[in-house]
Amino acid sequence: MGSLLSEKQRDIKEAREELQRIIGLCRSVEIKGLDPYIVDVDDLVKVIRDYFPMWKDSEDLCLDAEAINSIASVVRMQGEWVKRRASALYRDPFLIEEKVRGLPVDKMAEIFLKVWRPIIELEQLTIKGFREALKYWSDLPPLNVRWQKIGYTKTETECVTREEVIKEGVLSSEPFMAELEKVWLELKSRVLRDGKIRYWDFIGSETYEDTVRRAYLTSFLVTYGYANLQINFSEDEIFILPNEKPLNRENSETISFPISISFEEWVRWKEKRRA
Amino acid sequence: MEREKKGIDRKARYASKVRKAAQLLLYRRHSTPGAKGWELRKKIGSDYSKVIDLLNEYLAKIGLTVKVVFEEANPPENPTIDQYDRARFYITLKDDLTIEEAKMVGWRIDDLAALCASIAYIISRGGKAQRKEIEDLLKVKIPGWRVEMDLNKFIRLGYLFEDENGQIYIGWRTRAEVDQKKLIDLLLETEAKTE
Repeated sequence: MGSLLSEKQRDIKEAREELQRIIGLCRSVEIKGLDPYIVDVDDLVKVIRDYFPMWKDSEDLCLDAEAINSIASVVRMQGEWVKRRASALYRDPFLIEEKVRGLPVDKMAEIFLKVWRPIIELEQLTIKGFREALKYWSDLPPLNVRWQKIGYTKTETECVTREEVIKEGVLSSEPFMAELEKVWLELKSRVLRDGKIRYWDFIGSETYEDTVRRAYLTSFLVTYGYANLQINFSEDEIFILPNEKPLNRENSETISFPISISFEEWVRWKEKRRA
Repeated sequence: MEREKKGIDRKARYASKVRKAAQLLLYRRHSTPGAKGWELRKKIGSDYSKVIDLLNEYLAKIGLTVKVVFEEANPPENPTIDQYDRARFYITLKDDLTIEEAKMVGWRIDDLAALCASIAYIISRGGKAQRKEIEDLLKVKIPGWRVEMDLNKFIRLGYLFEDENGQIYIGWRTRAEVDQKKLIDLLLETEAKTE
């Protein structure tokens, strides 16, 4: 019984060594860049398959998986090897190396010149570019101005009055709804014969701050049913149409339609209007 | 009359597009020269391949040509629009240089030979080789200090590419400027003649 057990253990030990040898062989082919076809993949797979029923420990199963993985690497290399040999550029590496070593320098340079077409490129400053750069330079404030830190004065905390908040522009001097109604009346008076006005023509103002304020109020005009938006997607235009009386929108479906009121947009609108 | 005017307008439009294409390809705007197909489409329009053909006709008269380098290792026989968009367009010399002309471009004859040997060796090794192997090959005919300098120059210019493991590959500039297949054929041919 004891001799049987030790024989089995010896078999397992030999099998492990065999797997280690397979892994080593596959690795050396990969590292040394040898011809992958020197490995008889079928034979190695057969050996691994024969040993497989012996494995009980997880360590042995890992070794088995590693051996399979290294064989897979060799198969991959065989595929690449065939692909490379089949390519138009393939020539025997030793032959080329011999030729590279054997040819004199001038002959080698001469050959290269027959196949070399250098890229042409320019590095040149144009008058236009120079003029733009000069303008940029003259408009560029000095570093001490650009990097100037924003100063502040420390004051004691105290209560603010309503007048001060209005002066800072945080609150309006009129109640919100009164201001909204004022904008609504203005809208009604400014619409054209077809009962609508371009959105930007209505909200646009002399200053960007006022434009944003008017856009803000206009959004409430629409939300509260004082006006409707008409969007013409094909011409990329938005119109605003005032209602005679505020509509009750409690039961109707509402959707959000974001409109960008960026500074650039405002500048564009102003320039267009000036033109 | 109107047809004639339309024809003149069309010609003027294409002349302006050809000028724009020439500027895009000649002036270096990124780390690599030339322009990608999608850049040309964006700046010139969807008919950029027609504009490139017109530019090519003009360049041929002064010994230059537009070279298209596709992303694929083997250039496609009938490239698709997508392959053109992903390809890079360069302006290169149309004909080969003589040794004297190469000197005018700023290349020493032994530098050219070293570049040729390096490229041929890498091609023979399936597209990559250890830096040490290339150095050993070049040191047979060029002084060691010059080999180091040359290899660094070839890598800096984009003829070769070196990874962090010291493995050297064919660089983007070789793909754009060198006819690799012809190089190998000529090498083998020359050897046959000298034997």
